Amino acid sequence: MTNERDPVRIRRVLGNKVQFIQGDMAVAYGGLLAGCSFFGGYPITPASEVAEGMARLLPRVKGTFIQMEDEIAGIASTIGAAWGGAKSMTATSGPGFSLMMENYGYAIMTETPCVIANVQRTGPSTGQPTLGAQGDMMQVRWGSHGDMEAIALCPSTVQECLDMTIECFNLAEKYRHPVCLMTDGEIGHLREKVVIPDEDEMELFERVLATIDKDKFIPFSESQTRDSKVPDFPTFGSGYHTYVTGLTHNDKGFPATDKQPDHERLILRLISKITDDREKLTSVEEIELDDAEVAFVSFGASARPCESAVWEARKKGMKVGMLRLKTVWPFPRDVVTQLSKKVKKIIVVEMNLGQIYHVVKEFAVKDCEVILAPKVGGDMHLPHELMEYLEVSN
Amino acid sequence: MSNMKDMTGEQIRKKYLRDGMLPTIFCNGCGHGLSIDYVLWAIEELELDIDKVSFASGIGCSSRIPGYMNADGLHTTHGRALAFATGLKAALPENDVIVFTGDGDCTGIGGNHFIHAARRNIDMTVILLNNYIYGMTGGQLAPTAPKNSISTTSPYGNIEHAFNISELAVALGAAYVARWPVSYPYQPIKSIKEGIQKKGFSLIELMSPCPTAFGRRNKLGKIDALWDWYDNNAILVEDYDRIMNFGSEEEKAGIQGKYKIGVFQNLEKPGFIAEYAKLVNRVTAADDAKFGGDL
Repeated sequence: MTNERDPVRIRRVLGNKVQFIQGDMAVAYGGLLAGCSFFGGYPITPASEVAEGMARLLPRVKGTFIQMEDEIAGIASTIGAAWGGAKSMTATSGPGFSLMMENYGYAIMTETPCVIANVQRTGPSTGQPTLGAQGDMMQVRWGSHGDMEAIALCPSTVQECLDMTIECFNLAEKYRHPVCLMTDGEIGHLREKVVIPDEDEMELFERVLATIDKDKFIPFSESQTRDSKVPDFPTFGSGYHTYVTGLTHNDKGFPATDKQPDHERLILRLISKITDDREKLTSVEEIELDDAEVAFVSFGASARPCESAVWEARKKGMKVGMLRLKTVWPFPRDVVTQLSKKVKKIIVVEMNLGQIYHVVKEFAVKDCEVILAPKVGGDMHLPHELMEYLEVSN
Repeated sequence: MSNMKDMTGEQIRKKYLRDGMLPTIFCNGCGHGLSIDYVLWAIEELELDIDKVSFASGIGCSSRIPGYMNADGLHTTHGRALAFATGLKAALPENDVIVFTGDGDCTGIGGNHFIHAARRNIDMTVILLNNYIYGMTGGQLAPTAPKNSISTTSPYGNIEHAFNISELAVALGAAYVARWPVSYPYQPIKSIKEGIQKKGFSLIELMSPCPTAFGRRNKLGKIDALWDWYDNNAILVEDYDRIMNFGSEEEKAGIQGKYKIGVFQNLEKPGFIAEYAKLVNRVTAADDAKFGGDL
């Protein structure tokens, strides 16, 4: 059992460079490639294949897989493993994601790097376990109590499940934050071609470990060694004697539960360490936007029929494009504002009854009309349905 | 190995406690502070490197203890300490993981994690401070509360049956299970030492008086009287078994309702970490055989 990343074993275990696999398995592959050495999870449709993949893969690279007793324990063990020096992850779907919310907040408050893959299904409650949805996009942003920022990525392809899982680990390590891969049952169970990046085709951001004198180290403040609001990480067992608590704490990590300035300073740093880098860490894809008069804004699975609709519309001579949000949180607000200045109309396409629509509306200029193309119930939007929104527009 | 006579309690506290966090939050007459001493004595006597000891806890009075230890401490969410500690131990198997928890934290909200950590036989030592009440939140009914006891949420008396935590751990096959009142100084230290040295899951349940939230409402008297109540209502498990096997009817009647104390289970069985390491060795050896040794 080791937290050391072993590229030779990882390559052996993953096998051929080009494969035809499920999105969920690609998440597991991405975790392995990123150097994940701990997975704690609980079975749930449609995310179980991530755990099954990790159960097969991790022991072969000397990592640890534990099937925990529930999703609360899944994320708890994942956070505990991070403090023990592991890159760690868990995976779940709606009901499990709901159960994780308290400890998700704990990871934010304690600045614990880890990754949570949420293979979304419809809800509320048990909903439609085998069918995809995008109904947890606000939950990932606001689902735990209190003020916080979120980092959430949405893959639209199986390849992106792999690539973005690696990116989630990089962001988790860079910002010391629980990063969510918000995939869904459609992408999770979709089989597509993936190309496994070679070692020199990937970039890994490694955890910045505490190195300064133990008596000078301040565990919960700006870094003392770099220009960063993210403190260096004092792995348990390395002699720093760090006290980690979900209580409001001062920069030494000691409880400061009755002091307003301590709380404000802490929370503002936890939020601004992410929002300061909004432009750097958000990523979008622009399709046919140069001369577009109408733009779809979408993400994840629902961006696929959107893209088909864009090509269909272009064939008909309509000036339509698409902005695909690869990062949904922090919200790429400037990109959306700029887009809204260029186009007359934005159609937000999502597999829910309107979540990211409200955020797009918030950051679009008033002259730009923003409408919603919702769909719930486990069916994806069909390109011709989206064409109807365009035809109404014209 | 150092001898207990070599150091005073004050010296040992100075060595291991974090100045900036004292004084503790504990009320007058609370038993929790003693458990700190007992764990520190055990660490000192075992000559553990404190850098290689990780503490974890949930929420409640007992769960504040890792904050006082000048060591790594993970103060987690309510009831979840054992789940956090499971991941921590897996990622850091060479460290000793010691969990402080309470009866509400561990067997109320955290009951599921408790039974699975014991079943999994994950290598850690759990110091469970059982005060039969939710102390920090002001005295609500705990799952361990005796029948008819008064709490703010059982103002007319508790009609439910009490959880016997140690018996549950025995049934789950925990490698080491002991229960002692905190008023007994030596036995808890010995059990904590045995627990830390044990491969697998160890539970040391310490009966800890809570004068503020439990004793006062249940009219158990002032602090001294409350501590006496714990002592008078405990019986060594060996004595209990002897009386039940060979005692008179009068003796048998006299011990009903008393808390059994002592070491209830002490098994030699491989812990989760050893079992997992075996699994890893097996599958990586198979890979090495298949792919050759060209690592």
